[in-house]
Amino acid sequence: MNAFASPGETPLLAIDDLHVTFSTRRGLVEAVCGVSLQVAAGETLGIVGESGSGKSVTAFAVTRLLDASGRIAAGKVRFKGQDITSASSKQLRSLHGAAISMIFQNPRGALNPIRTVALQIADAVGAHERISASEGRARALDLLKAVLIRDPEKRLDAYPHELSGGMCQRIMIAMAIASRPALLIADEPTTGLDVTTQKTVMDLLARITAERGMAMILITHDLGLAARYCDRVAVMQHGKVVEEAEPRSLFRAPRHDYTKRLVAASPTATSKIADLAPSSLREGASDEAIQEGGANPSGLLRSARNDGEVKPAPGTPLLLEVQSLVKRYDGGVVAVNDVSFAIRQGESLGLVGESGSGKSTISRLVCRLIDASEGEILFDGQPIGQQAARDFHKSPLRKDIQIVFQDPTDSLNPRFNAFDCIAHPLRRLLAMKDGAALSERVRECAARAGLPAELLERFPHQLSGGQKARVGIARAIACRPRLLVLDEPTAALDVSVQAVILQLLDSLRREDGMALLFVSHDLNVVRMMCDRTVVLQNGAIVEQGESLALFRAPQAPYTRQLLDAVLHLDGPGQRDAVVAGS
Amino acid sequence: MTSATFRHTVWILRGNPVTAVAAAGAFILCVLAIIGPSIVPYDPIASDVPNALQPPSAKYWAGTDQLGRDVFSRLVVAARLDLAIAASAVTLSFALGAVIGSLCGYIGGRLDRYVGRFVDVLMAFPLFVLAMAMVAALGNRVENIVIATAIINLPFYIRFARAEVNVRRNAGWVEAARACGDSHLSVVLRFLLPNVLPAMAVQVSLNLGWAILNAAGLSFIGLGVSAPTPEWGIMVAEGARFISTGKWWLVAFPGLALMLTVLCFNLLGDGLRDILDPRMRT
Amino acid sequence: MSSQLATTAKRAGRRFLSSLPALFGVLVFTFLLMRVLPGDPAVFFASGPTAGKEEIELIRKSMGLDKPVPEQLVRYLGDVGTGNLGRSLTTGQPVLSDLRNRLPASLELTFSALLIALFTAIPLGVAAALRQGSAVDHLVRFICALGVCVPTFVSGLLLIYAFYYLLGWAPDPTGRVDIFTSPPPLVTGFLLIDFAVAGDWEGWRAAARQLVLPAFTMALFVVAPLARITRAAMLASLGSDFVRTAKSLGLPRRKIIVTYALRNAILPVLTIAGIVFSTMLGANVLVEKVFSWPGVASYALDALLSSDYAPVQGFVLLMASIFVIVNLTVDVLYGIADPRVSVE
Repeated sequence: MNAFASPGETPLLAIDDLHVTFSTRRGLVEAVCGVSLQVAAGETLGIVGESGSGKSVTAFAVTRLLDASGRIAAGKVRFKGQDITSASSKQLRSLHGAAISMIFQNPRGALNPIRTVALQIADAVGAHERISASEGRARALDLLKAVLIRDPEKRLDAYPHELSGGMCQRIMIAMAIASRPALLIADEPTTGLDVTTQKTVMDLLARITAERGMAMILITHDLGLAARYCDRVAVMQHGKVVEEAEPRSLFRAPRHDYTKRLVAASPTATSKIADLAPSSLREGASDEAIQEGGANPSGLLRSARNDGEVKPAPGTPLLLEVQSLVKRYDGGVVAVNDVSFAIRQGESLGLVGESGSGKSTISRLVCRLIDASEGEILFDGQPIGQQAARDFHKSPLRKDIQIVFQDPTDSLNPRFNAFDCIAHPLRRLLAMKDGAALSERVRECAARAGLPAELLERFPHQLSGGQKARVGIARAIACRPRLLVLDEPTAALDVSVQAVILQLLDSLRREDGMALLFVSHDLNVVRMMCDRTVVLQNGAIVEQGESLALFRAPQAPYTRQLLDAVLHLDGPGQRDAVVAGS
Repeated sequence: MTSATFRHTVWILRGNPVTAVAAAGAFILCVLAIIGPSIVPYDPIASDVPNALQPPSAKYWAGTDQLGRDVFSRLVVAARLDLAIAASAVTLSFALGAVIGSLCGYIGGRLDRYVGRFVDVLMAFPLFVLAMAMVAALGNRVENIVIATAIINLPFYIRFARAEVNVRRNAGWVEAARACGDSHLSVVLRFLLPNVLPAMAVQVSLNLGWAILNAAGLSFIGLGVSAPTPEWGIMVAEGARFISTGKWWLVAFPGLALMLTVLCFNLLGDGLRDILDPRMRT
Repeated sequence: MSSQLATTAKRAGRRFLSSLPALFGVLVFTFLLMRVLPGDPAVFFASGPTAGKEEIELIRKSMGLDKPVPEQLVRYLGDVGTGNLGRSLTTGQPVLSDLRNRLPASLELTFSALLIALFTAIPLGVAAALRQGSAVDHLVRFICALGVCVPTFVSGLLLIYAFYYLLGWAPDPTGRVDIFTSPPPLVTGFLLIDFAVAGDWEGWRAAARQLVLPAFTMALFVVAPLARITRAAMLASLGSDFVRTAKSLGLPRRKIIVTYALRNAILPVLTIAGIVFSTMLGANVLVEKVFSWPGVASYALDALLSSDYAPVQGFVLLMASIFVIVNLTVDVLYGIADPRVSVE
């Protein structure tokens, strides 16, 4: 089955027809259905898939660390020929850490919050050999040096909460390699980390596995990450491996339909909005898109037709002008420091930065949900910063500035159904009364956001992530705002859902002539969506300009650093380059 | 109650028989509290000295006390007073606590600090001792038992509502409501309170049991309700004198009544948590 | 290590300072409650309802009740500061010395009960969490559900019925030692300790036998909430990411359960320790009444029922101060147990 392992040789890890079931309130659910994979010594295998594809479950089944409700229903997992699925708990204990170890998503949560770094690493060493306390500390120091932590001596007595997310992940790596395992399983190791941190952590992992001849299974939702760091990639969907190949051929010429859609939906440095779901594939658009019944909202076809630039002409008047905005929080933290920018009518402006850059604060300031400490905000020439945020709901301009939030779940009132969510601004801001006109308008907004009318009766917990995002968008466009603030609108969504939502937003903008303030950490998305881009760092503007020019020739070193960390699907021999370069 | 909520409740009760039993028990208690005095076999107050201190029998289901009064009749009649004290105390503290707590949680600032200080002072007393002191100071009357019980419950409701509102204050849907033109006040009343109330309803049910124990404890030590009135705490206190001579029924039956009542409300509270949690709905 | 000690001390100091306003509030509250609210405090502090007019007038003068309220408050604070809590009419002694004589009895009872409760509840909660869904788990949950429902005074009386009347194992449930045992020389006031110091093991056993029933009664009431939260906290930490990490590294089961899961699960238990202690101080009143225990609570209760208010006021102040100290201790312990809070 595996064309890459040399024949006759036992692979390091062989997964053979693995089935995993979970017992839930609705009965047994099969999360992994017949996965077969092999990993050779020293090789890096990527497992790529969207949420619910069974990729993490596979990893936990391999190490027998499934939750109590999960069970390996059938299949074999052999490590160096030894069957793991039938191993005793004693055998498992000697396997864990010493033969196979794991690193996890959310590194801070994966570390014991009330134990020092040195003790935790010493625990990991001590699990498989007898060592004294002082030896444990010495080994911990060596390992900290191996994972390139700055000031390792100082970090020994630190607790996880005193360290950054990236540092916690390095410590996790140190613990995972403490007993020299032959296989490292990394489950979404950089999800939730900033792009620049992601790059350093991944480079470290690649280097360590190469130096120590360890094999690695990298589980990720990010195709770019898999392309850059893996020798071989398996794509999973609905608990099955649909395609398995070398990254270059996989991403250049995907064979399976799902892989094709996934590759298309992943924004790259050159892709255009229309490319995210090419028309040839649109019939069978992503599964969630079909489930949510928004497979073919009118906007998609239109955006494909109308592919040209929609940049407003140079003479277009300014819609929003932000002048020397400062936001200080109690305790003297300056979240936003002297920020100025402007948006023309119908223009789309991107706000890019890592966590802590102040981009979310700016979106709330512009939306007049919080008050600025200093500076002025002009909307259509009127100073709207004068009116306190507390009273801004009375302003006639309230309906002209609307916002779409990052987490679709968090942004919907759990006690309102979809209809009431969308009707809410209409009732409040346009004083519409219940009746035919209101429900007509709600239905229209829902349709424009690609939300089928039959879902309007549902409550948020009965909707999928993509559907909730559509409700949030329908609510924001209900009053036909002139400025729509989008605060990481797709950060919590899978790539294929992200693709349709981005296309939807783009077409809505073209139809209504809205201006967009698009806040994101994803440079590829911003480049596609925005005419101009502002780069933020630590609350201040580093650089701003036309998106195309800015991304082609970044001026500020920080912008260049951000761009370097962006992953590409097609680059020649990337993993070797990473390893050789380090 | 909408039909969906009703269906959901039935579904939950079917899957959770303990809650169903607790709900039935609470219902029976409330019925007894209303019609109890008119169905009991004996006069709960009139003494019948020749029949004093009879053990439980077919005639006297729960025996008789030192004055020959039927313990069972007294138990049933006492339900009204015990439930009324607890229910009014909890209602009072719930209403005050929900409003004060939500405002503190949403507004924060000076109001929050002052209320917080007040709550700290209340919480610095052991609560039963505080209730004792208040009844002593306000006067030894039933109303004051209600007030004292309400006041010692208040900090929990304030803190609970405050915390619940505080975690939701910055939720996306709250900001969204403001972007849709709601004022702060409207956000608190129309958005936050409805989301917080279910969790507080659970608290109310759990609290009812506690309030009953508390009121019974106060009357056990001789505060509040006074002698001939049938009340579970007093009945235990009167029976305590005879326990060393083996007259167990004077203590055991009122004790059982207290225990079952509190158990009902506690189990009901746990069940309510499941019913009112919209995420559990299918 | 020494730096950790320093931060702990600093934290304790800061916490103490921040509990001062609450203590001040307690004083003001007691003042308002006992002196301003009831009809005429002079009547309360006089010899009772039968006191003559001149006597009441005299007391009013001596208490400063003819002065404005703020001045009374200052005077009151001064009195409390100098340990003048008034005089009990029932015993004729100063309230302070009465409280001092009787406090050890109450504390001995409360601390024994707390120890019994902790040593029962934590193993129960851990056992239930380790075998979630098993018979042990169901049993523990049943005990928890039932335990919070039985009033202390009922369980105390039923224990007396079972162990004194039926089985005859327990001594007459009155007081701290039976009348045949002579009390030990006073060292700490804690009989178990004083008997041990005096080497009088006969007496020690007698005192212990008296203590067992009331201590168990009080413990029964708080075992349920403690076991319940231990179980929940243990389940949460057993299901946490860091326990999964520990498993993935092949750590021994014992180490995972004790060092990783249990130490983290203790934190929520500590946070409710204050509330539990408050419940116990309240339960003290009931238990002391049931067992005629000569502690501060039964003293205050007797005074309360004979309208002798100075002891009640002294008792309330004492309980609040003990509770503030307990909360302070819990807080400092928490700071040691959880490094995340000591930084701030």
